[in-house]
Amino acid sequence: MISIQGLKKSFGSQEVIKNVDLEIEQGKVVVIIGPSGSGKSTLLRCLNVLETPNGGVLSIDGQKLDFNTSVSKKSISAFRRLTGMVFQSYNLFPHLTTTGNVTEGLTTVKGLSHKEAVKKAELLLDKVGLADHKDKHPFQLSGGQQQRVAIARALAMDPKVMLFDEPTSALDPELVGEVLRVMKDLAHEGMTMAVVTHEMRFAKEVADEVIFIDDGVIVERGAPAEIFNHPKHERTKKFLSLLQV
Amino acid sequence: MYLNTIALSPERIQRFQEIASTSIGPLIEGAIKYTIPLAIIAFSIGLIIAIFTALARISSNKLLRAIARVYVSIIRGTPLLVQLFIIFYGLPTIGITIDPFPSAIIGFSLNVGAYASEIIRAAILSIPKGQWEAAYSIGMNYLQALRKIVLPQAARVSVPPLSNSFIGLVKDTSLAATILVAETFRRAQEIASMNYEFLFVYIMAALVYWVICFILSIIQGRIEIRLDRVVGKSGGLS
Ligand SMILES: Nc1ncnc2c1ncn2[C@@H]1O[C@H](COP(=O)(O)OP(=O)(O)OP(=O)(O)O)[C@@H](O)[C@H]1O
Ligand SMILES: [Mg+2]
Repeated sequence: MISIQGLKKSFGSQEVIKNVDLEIEQGKVVVIIGPSGSGKSTLLRCLNVLETPNGGVLSIDGQKLDFNTSVSKKSISAFRRLTGMVFQSYNLFPHLTTTGNVTEGLTTVKGLSHKEAVKKAELLLDKVGLADHKDKHPFQLSGGQQQRVAIARALAMDPKVMLFDEPTSALDPELVGEVLRVMKDLAHEGMTMAVVTHEMRFAKEVADEVIFIDDGVIVERGAPAEIFNHPKHERTKKFLSLLQV
Repeated sequence: MYLNTIALSPERIQRFQEIASTSIGPLIEGAIKYTIPLAIIAFSIGLIIAIFTALARISSNKLLRAIARVYVSIIRGTPLLVQLFIIFYGLPTIGITIDPFPSAIIGFSLNVGAYASEIIRAAILSIPKGQWEAAYSIGMNYLQALRKIVLPQAARVSVPPLSNSFIGLVKDTSLAATILVAETFRRAQEIASMNYEFLFVYIMAALVYWVICFILSIIQGRIEIRLDRVVGKSGGLS
């Protein structure tokens, strides 16, 4: 489904992703953990080409981008449409209503009529529990509500895989649950997901696989129980002990 | 002989009333036929120039960036009066003759284009990177992200400084008097040169400008309140 081969990314002389290989099967949830600055965000952002990798081959659902050769803007756009992204800071469009945030991509990118787009948006907003807030602007919503709108906005584009970069890190503790619940539902529906998070309970309950990344390399990967209870590598042990799980 | 009288004798006040009633008409006509249209047309054309200039200045194309920078630098680095004189009195000497009103439109549009481009550029740059990324992440390309996500937000940010520019422009149009546009101030000069009541007539002209700008500042206030309501006081930029 998703395959990453030999992925490399540097910022200036700093190598942030060092030759990463990773496969994610259809319908699986992969949780990515690791210390701050280890390259978790960069890995996700390479997957939807918000960062252009310096090398490697990405493939999602049969579509391939080979960064060892030159890649056109058009093929990047097409590739990006296979993914949906949820950001730590929500990044909702403040000038649009909740519905507008969800319909914008449908009308502008997918060419749906306004009516069709609104219909689809209503279904999705209902799904994330925001049917009663569809005419509000982002500043009128709580952080948890904003993040759920962001999830609906990404889902609207029918992505093959959803990428979450610390979706609950900016939230007040009492709002984390409502966002995780939506993500859990999504996982149970069979969405393929790559999630960077510090929510270890979510990882234990939902993840099919946990990946520990440090200093731009995948140090260890395995089932959650395996990683959390019997980490093999020193670096993993140290990281987990700091998290006190 | 009472022309030389400094004191405000009853006769002179009587005379002021006569001048006021005969000259207010031409002054307002100058405002309606020239000052206001000149400001509106030049501002509209100028805004279009400004948007393209701002985009050129933030583009990745070196040549576009350089052209835009030189244009802005020339307009900002030379007096508006000199620019108007070059267009109206200078160009005819190389065979390009343009009527007063179109000359003024050209001069003021180029001016608005340069100054407003700085406002719009700053507004575009003030939109957080996350907005571009969110737009790209739902599959938009550069132009779609710009048109649908970034420019609408940048427009809201630019409204207060742009309204100030517009009010400034209304006052600057008085410079068009020097290239024979029959706008408010030129009318005042003509009237005053006939009756020699310079102080009184120029104060009347000033009042006409002040009334226009006062009305504009009320409209500006309304627009800003409305925008705040839509986007939220905090700007709503998450
Ligand atoms: N746009 C950029 N320009 C330069 N350096 C960058 C850029 N983005 C990330 N980096 C650097 O790359 C490294 C990895 O960053 P990344 O954001 O991927 O880490 P992370 O694992 O997501 O960390 P965190 O848990 O703090 O979010 C860091 O050292 C960071 O400073
Ligand atoms: Mg990160």
